[in-house]
Amino acid sequence: MTEASQPIKRRAIALVSGGLDSMLAVKVMQEQGIEVEGVNFYTGFCVEGHTHAIRKKDKDKEKRNNALWVAEQLGIKMHIIDISEEYKDVVLNPKHGYGANLNPCLDCKIFMVNQATLMINKARELAGDRGFDFIVTGEVIGQRPKSQRKETMPIISQESGADDRLLRPLCAQNLPPTLPEREGWVNRDELHDFSGRNRKPQMALAAKFGLDDFAQPAGGCCFLTDESYSNKLADLWKARNERRYELDDIMLLKVGRHLRPQPHYKLIISREEGENRFLEGYRYQFTSLTTVSCPGPLALVDGEFGSEAELEQAAAIVARYSKGRVEETVTLEVRSPDGVAREITVAPAQPDAVLASWNVG
Amino acid sequence: MTSPLHELDVRRLLCPMPVIKTQNKVRTLATGDTLKVVCTDPGALSDIPAWCRINGHEVLEMGEQGNEVFVVLRVGEDNGALF
Repeated sequence: MTEASQPIKRRAIALVSGGLDSMLAVKVMQEQGIEVEGVNFYTGFCVEGHTHAIRKKDKDKEKRNNALWVAEQLGIKMHIIDISEEYKDVVLNPKHGYGANLNPCLDCKIFMVNQATLMINKARELAGDRGFDFIVTGEVIGQRPKSQRKETMPIISQESGADDRLLRPLCAQNLPPTLPEREGWVNRDELHDFSGRNRKPQMALAAKFGLDDFAQPAGGCCFLTDESYSNKLADLWKARNERRYELDDIMLLKVGRHLRPQPHYKLIISREEGENRFLEGYRYQFTSLTTVSCPGPLALVDGEFGSEAELEQAAAIVARYSKGRVEETVTLEVRSPDGVAREITVAPAQPDAVLASWNVG
Repeated sequence: MTSPLHELDVRRLLCPMPVIKTQNKVRTLATGDTLKVVCTDPGALSDIPAWCRINGHEVLEMGEQGNEVFVVLRVGEDNGALF
């Protein structure tokens, strides 16, 4: 060969959550001339977006999808994939168990890297060199207690099927060289050796790259790391006597005040206008209660009343959270999912009649 | 403006589902096709245009109609089909 041939442009697919670490990981790759595309998985438990969409009080905050925002800052394409159905098995049967709450972080990471592996395998099969050469994540050893530990890193690589095609640019120097490093596609010396929960190295790197606006959600971007949310999910399974969920179930766990006065029914009571509007959409699936003699919340009944007395108890609780709480009586409409409605008049529950132990979450 | 060639109903879905459904629909369309996406989550008004900017599609029009919002886009050079 007499003339130097143009080196092949290596391509990577990066797991992008919208947080700082994955953003930095992509940036480190771009600095080394790697062409990156992002993938973001929607599990149904993503904190992203939902609370903005539902709660009115959040409306004033700047609204954006962080994964899309990161992609725009980095100038990369972004594939958002709905894995909510397949993800149920990860949540219900995590081989490696849960973290502090119902967060199956290790199984989740394995699942997502596996999805990315399937993507790059398929792309290579169909697009050859226009496919992807490896996978990038923003993982840092010691960053998350369940999934990001020294001993979990090889487990994720192996069980996902990615093996040495999985590169973690932020902590690669603490791990054995991967394929992109051994092949010289990336320079190991310019990767990083971050470890632990200290965020200073990430901050310094962000400053070096001139990144000053990024999301840093505590506990990641997943509701399952949230104690209150996990308690609600556990309560749902207990009440139903089985561990399963539909997408609507896990959406509703994000909204309203959840009270369980009896084992066989739960009230989901809106706390403000945005939640009210959101719960409206579920009135054809649940029995609902609304105040008619005064302004008040909308409540969905998850379960069945065992008697008229239980209905009255529920109505009194809902009245307690209405503007009529100081009135002698409040009239409510009880509507069944088929639209049949009737009115009921009750005395609002007194504060001490709404037991703290009913509070789910 | 002539009426959009295609329409996508993502009413009642919350972000990021409207974006995902838009992405998946656009993958089946050809360059230059127009698509009107109708949503009830107002977040779509920032997310769908952001998604369009990233992926090279053009937002032709967006707005509110009562409790609904809509975005009309024109599919760019690459419809984003992965493979």
